[in-house]
Amino acid sequence: MTNFRLLLGGAILAAFAVMGVGLPWFAPEDPTLWQTVPRNRPPSFEFLLGTTSQGQDVFWLLTWAVGNSIWLGVLVAALATVIGVFVGLTAGYVGGATDRLVAFVIDSTIVIPVLPVLILIAAIMLGQTSLWIIAIVLVVFNWPFPARQVRAAAMSIRERGFVHTAWMSGESTARIVLWQFAPHLRAWAGANFINTVLVATILETSIAVIGLSNSEVATLGTMLYWALEFQAILGERWWWIWPPVVSIVLLFIGLFLVSSGLEERSVRLRGRHLEP
Amino acid sequence: MIGVLRYVVLRALNMCLLVFVAVTLVFILMRFIPTDPIEALIGKLTSQGATMSQEQFDAIRQSLGDAFGLQGTLWQQYWRFMARSLLTFDFGVSFSAYPTPVSELIGRALPWTIGLLSVSAILGWALGNVIGVLSGVYPQRRVSKLTELVALALYPIPYYVFALVLSIAFSFVWPIFPLSVMVRGEPWTLGFVSNVIYNSFLPALSIVIGVFGWWVISSKALSSGVAQEEFVRFARLRAVPERRVLASYIFPNTLLPQVTLLAIQLGLMFSGSILTEILFQYPGLGLLLYSAIGQGDYNLMMGIIQISIIAVAIATLIVDLLYPLVDPRIRYK
Repeated sequence: MTNFRLLLGGAILAAFAVMGVGLPWFAPEDPTLWQTVPRNRPPSFEFLLGTTSQGQDVFWLLTWAVGNSIWLGVLVAALATVIGVFVGLTAGYVGGATDRLVAFVIDSTIVIPVLPVLILIAAIMLGQTSLWIIAIVLVVFNWPFPARQVRAAAMSIRERGFVHTAWMSGESTARIVLWQFAPHLRAWAGANFINTVLVATILETSIAVIGLSNSEVATLGTMLYWALEFQAILGERWWWIWPPVVSIVLLFIGLFLVSSGLEERSVRLRGRHLEP
Repeated sequence: MIGVLRYVVLRALNMCLLVFVAVTLVFILMRFIPTDPIEALIGKLTSQGATMSQEQFDAIRQSLGDAFGLQGTLWQQYWRFMARSLLTFDFGVSFSAYPTPVSELIGRALPWTIGLLSVSAILGWALGNVIGVLSGVYPQRRVSKLTELVALALYPIPYYVFALVLSIAFSFVWPIFPLSVMVRGEPWTLGFVSNVIYNSFLPALSIVIGVFGWWVISSKALSSGVAQEEFVRFARLRAVPERRVLASYIFPNTLLPQVTLLAIQLGLMFSGSILTEILFQYPGLGLLLYSAIGQGDYNLMMGIIQISIIAVAIATLIVDLLYPLVDPRIRYK
């Protein structure tokens, strides 16, 4: 089952990577520009997935949207994982008052409902929100999740024989953390990374759907926003609604399959000590 | 009894502290926003053609300054911000529904959100756990494998996708439910209640489907572990009827950890339901927040954010407090 999950998820993600990173280079023109093709055409050989009410080619627009969504998710996940692992390792390893303070900040940050705060910030920026600002806010709210788990793992690893051995033989703290702790966290960090990509993408699409992201930038969420805004449902222009919806569903399933596959593998490889 | 009291007090104190820090974090966050929210709003008001005297502008500045905690020195700002968020709940008056106090608008919307979320959270939790336990105990059956596949596919999909798909399917293609929520009738008559249920059906269903996958996955993992335990094997050897093995041995032991998980999930559910409310025009906090943004009603926005932090924390506390009640192994002496 694990290998099946990893394989299927990996295949889906690879397809999206090709679509979002490779294909946009071949777009005949910038698909976010309005009125470059005839409006409201259903799918045909000329326009694979039809065209929007603003005269955009849905297929090429979709490739750009997928690319931007993946780019945002990966950026957020990379930063959040690095910060989370660093803070969690430090807190778990140092212990004492530092640890208690960090644990408390982590718990409080987790209590804050992310989406309302994100909506508030986006609203204050009055639709001028760039993807960068969204990314920064997402990092602020997403580092505590890896930090909490890494902290728990670090506290258990700290008490193990090989760490004591390294300590007794005069290894520096940095080297112990790097060489003794990191290998135990690698597989887990991979799973967490993918999971954060998933969370970040969900949040970005969520605020984009209601028009609070920068609607000029093509992401899966803003595509849906424009489709809803131009009454694609009432006008029965399904080719405009389904591509982003189906892409969102498939992309998220692919990400989840890979992350749960990696997580299971990390548990099997390293025993159960990473369970909090 | 004193042990229970101690547990409750400790938990409640912990919650207060968490809310305190969370609201402080919001206060800090507001300081990092590059645009000045007050000038932005006043700019928006004047651009919409509002004509106001200088006194009115000053009153708005004053009120907004309080809303964002931008009045006086940093410590004064912080104190006023915390006081209105945590002690008085006086978030000023709403600009979009002038001169209704923000707290009144929130008070009107809050029961809708609490009703929608609690019903769909409990339904989704119960449904997911029953199905998850069954497929964890009998992993070889074809139905179990199928449900796991379905759960795996449903779990990562955000709520708003279900909301969108359901409303397309059942309000448009096959219109048996209303496209947006419109409740009529006098409160608390039979017609009113059935109207509320009819109107809330699709939003609730979309949240139930949204949380369902997670509960199936987690309870399947837990119950397949419990099913291997000695006491279950012993019960089976003793020829305890299968139905009782499930109901009295496996179920209770699986559900306990799931109660704690429910507490952790509540915040996520609240976030998810905001979009559900907006897409269905459901008159809860999410829709209120959305309209507040559309009209630049910052007092209302800040009020909703603070109240939702507190509401999520209280709901989490309630679930936390339920835990010792359902777990027979915990005794506070």
